[in-house]
Amino acid sequence: MERAADHSGSIFTAAGVARGARRAAPVALFVIPFGVAFGVAAGQAGVPFDIAAAMSASVFAGASQFAVLDMWSAEVPLLPLALLTLAVNARMVLISAAAHLWVKGLPWRVRLSVAALLSDTGYAAVSDGGRRDAGALLGGGLALWTAWVLGTLIGLALGADIGDPRPWGLDVVILALFSATLAGGWRGAASAAPWGVAALTAVLAAQALPGSWHIIIGGVAGGLTGAFFGPAPSAAS
Amino acid sequence: MSLTVDAPVAVLAMALITLLTRCAGMVVMAWTPLSPRIERFLEAVSGSVLVALVAPAALSGGPAAQAAVLAAIAIMRFSRIAALAMVSGVLAAVAIRAAAG
Repeated sequence: MERAADHSGSIFTAAGVARGARRAAPVALFVIPFGVAFGVAAGQAGVPFDIAAAMSASVFAGASQFAVLDMWSAEVPLLPLALLTLAVNARMVLISAAAHLWVKGLPWRVRLSVAALLSDTGYAAVSDGGRRDAGALLGGGLALWTAWVLGTLIGLALGADIGDPRPWGLDVVILALFSATLAGGWRGAASAAPWGVAALTAVLAAQALPGSWHIIIGGVAGGLTGAFFGPAPSAAS
Repeated sequence: MSLTVDAPVAVLAMALITLLTRCAGMVVMAWTPLSPRIERFLEAVSGSVLVALVAPAALSGGPAAQAAVLAAIAIMRFSRIAALAMVSGVLAAVAIRAAAG
């Protein structure tokens, strides 16, 4: 598909797919060692090669995959597994809602293809404040998915004997990427109120709640602040 | 009491739940009339989620994490190149950790 557009202005172009993959490529390079770390950790936790590889390919959500390794065995408790996965990945509901502005009006097979590879990291990597092309979300998702699966396979092949598998750098990589994205997306007064509320709420919630609930709470609080106190939506985007 | 499943079923469950979170926001928004208020919510929420992840992590992450955040923001403001800003943030954290021994 070269170009699909509709009256609401969402577009999906092949050029956008390529651009998204290019923009996400530097991030993907950092995702590979994280995938390696997951492969090694999965091996150490006794997860078989094919199961771990299938998990990375089908789940494609690193934080939740690391989180469930603690409860992994030949027989996995379903309810704790499901709740943990849901809790760690619930923030993707918000990213998915935000991505609606990129895909509205496009055919559902395109929308769901974009959704299937959606991640906060990928969204951050391709959001440059310019024209929203749903192809860029898909291209970025493909680049990160490839890196994640490739890294996992390398880690599984390396096996359990490279010591502490977690590279210390990945948390910092994500922090730096998100900070850069935020600095690029800063719209002055329009951003100050929602982001300030999001920061304050998230910091307070992180003190009180376990896991990653503070991300969802902060995100919703910031979104509501923008909805009720923000300026009119920009016609350009 | 607690239902257990084989590993392939567990992977399938994780994949379906994660796919659900990836589609849910998009699907709900598609069936919700996109009023200006909801559009402002969506505009604000994409940045706010990242802020909600970065702010507590930077506060509790020590000097290296804080250096990464500040360097990435500064380089992004000057260069407008996200990849360069990201690498600068990582290098800043490496430098702080090296200096701290």
